[in-house]
Amino acid sequence: MAFNPTLYGRRRRRNGIAMGLSVAATVFGLGWLVLILGVLLWEGFSGLSLAVFTEMTPPPGASGGLLNPIIGSLILTALAVMIGTPIGILAGTYMAEYGRYDRLTSVVRFINDILLSAPSIVVGLFIYEVMVAPMGHFSGWAGAVALAVIVIPVVVRTTEDMLLLVPNPLREAATALGMPRSVVVMRVAYRAAKAGMITGVLLAVARISGETAPLLFTALNNQFWSLNLNAPIASLPVVIFQFALSPYADWQKLAWTGALIITLAVLALSITARVLAAQRQTS
Amino acid sequence: MQSGGRETVADLVLRGGVITATHSPSRAKVLDRLRRGDTGFRILTRAAALAVLGLLGGVIFSLVVDALPALQAFGFNFLIEERWNPVTERFGALAPIYGTLVTSFIAMLMAVPIGLLIAVFLTELCPQFLRRPIGIAIELLAGIPSIIYGIWGLFIFAPFLQETLQPFLISAFGNIPVLSSLFAGPPYGIGMLTAGLILAIMVLPFVTSISRDVFEAVPPVLKEAAYGMGCTTWEVVRYVVIPYTRVGVIGGVMLGLGRALGETMAVTFVIGNAHKVSASILHPGTTISATIANEFTEAVGDLYTSSLIALGLILFVITFIVLAIARYLLLRIERRVGG
Repeated sequence: MAFNPTLYGRRRRRNGIAMGLSVAATVFGLGWLVLILGVLLWEGFSGLSLAVFTEMTPPPGASGGLLNPIIGSLILTALAVMIGTPIGILAGTYMAEYGRYDRLTSVVRFINDILLSAPSIVVGLFIYEVMVAPMGHFSGWAGAVALAVIVIPVVVRTTEDMLLLVPNPLREAATALGMPRSVVVMRVAYRAAKAGMITGVLLAVARISGETAPLLFTALNNQFWSLNLNAPIASLPVVIFQFALSPYADWQKLAWTGALIITLAVLALSITARVLAAQRQTS
Repeated sequence: MQSGGRETVADLVLRGGVITATHSPSRAKVLDRLRRGDTGFRILTRAAALAVLGLLGGVIFSLVVDALPALQAFGFNFLIEERWNPVTERFGALAPIYGTLVTSFIAMLMAVPIGLLIAVFLTELCPQFLRRPIGIAIELLAGIPSIIYGIWGLFIFAPFLQETLQPFLISAFGNIPVLSSLFAGPPYGIGMLTAGLILAIMVLPFVTSISRDVFEAVPPVLKEAAYGMGCTTWEVVRYVVIPYTRVGVIGGVMLGLGRALGETMAVTFVIGNAHKVSASILHPGTTISATIANEFTEAVGDLYTSSLIALGLILFVITFIVLAIARYLLLRIERRVGG
């Protein structure tokens, strides 16, 4: 076949265009990250002060801080992790250790993956129906359980993945020493998979600390200082939602500051999780 | 505890216990206790696994039960009725369903090509040392909570669109028959286009990271053979990589679509919450999730609440189907790569 310069030129041009577009797309994608973080830093930092962490949410027109929503968020997140993590770890343990080749395991894995990306507002509706409506009032407990429902699939997934990575000879050696299965799991497999499982919990915390939709009609919101888990409790995302949509400049300012706090916390958590995961891979 | 220099299993388990392994009656007791603990732990883990299934069952069951009054009152008309009137208690889901589909469609229209191109960049062009940082940066976009996208969209992105893109679209397509109704003004800023664009940014990381993962799973031999024949990078991607990974890419796209359909907070801020089916994508609309988020706490009357829950049920069924297809496709490509 003779060398065809026009065809060659066309192919090269086409390649050049496609590759140029892919570089442009990457710049575009990274641009959004820079843009969003940039605006957030710009708007949030100017409102950041000690008062934000020491004062209650103000009525419109007054100055104040975000102390009650910050504490509320911390409590809800901690409770959700305490409720969701054990269930998630146990379920993941069953899938990786006991029922690795079971029909049940593949069904649970499939359903769990769907729950992992199910719309979180539906979780809010579900908890409203099973907790808020029967109890007759919104409550911190309902909010914590709603968040726990979101924690469970994340923890199940990482626990199973991490336990599957534990080499089988470890389990065989432990079993050969006469250890019962449960001891092998708790003393050997968990220890080998510890970093990965902690990563999973961190990812779950990162995921729920910004969740708003499931809290809207479970924990609701509270203007005042309240640690009562049987009553509505304030949380940072819901306060941001309410303040950002309000017509008051002070409230909008606080919403930006709250948004900055949440984002920094979430990014710190997910970067820590990644570093932990990377360490495990290299060692 | 040491007997003959070796630690027995019973000692290991009951560290600090007082039983010596040579003492046979208590040895039997210890073994019995271990056996019972073992069975107990197995049952416990199995129960937790079943609880995950129960969770899904519970969600579906409770949604169906509480949606029943609305579904009985309106029947099939609920799906095709546009009117949403809390005062006269006439509810129809057409406007939210329409808004959900339109915003998700706009999002996918933008996120899929851009996500694929980024994945091509990351697997074929990017220098090795930049791959991880850029990959992580794109994934951080997925980590930003949706409420942040919402507040950013409301205060920064919507006014920006109102002044730039929207007037441009209105004037550019104003005289073309079909497009003029698609881009009919005025430029509100908020609306279905804005919501769709924000969803696109949120979905982008999902499409990118899954496409990158499946692109990386293409056996190097296949690509090297194509390069060896003199193919350009684009030709390798177009005729080798994409055909080989098609199933996985579609799975990733479906996963992103599942996210876009159910996304709540970012959309609630910028959609405008208008229960109208309008042809123009610049008009305010509403989505299923935004309607629930906006109205649920203020809903009075059983029929109103029940209608909102019925909306939630519809959303859950749609996303469930989309996500199930996504997982099925991804499972298929996983098996092929594994086997």
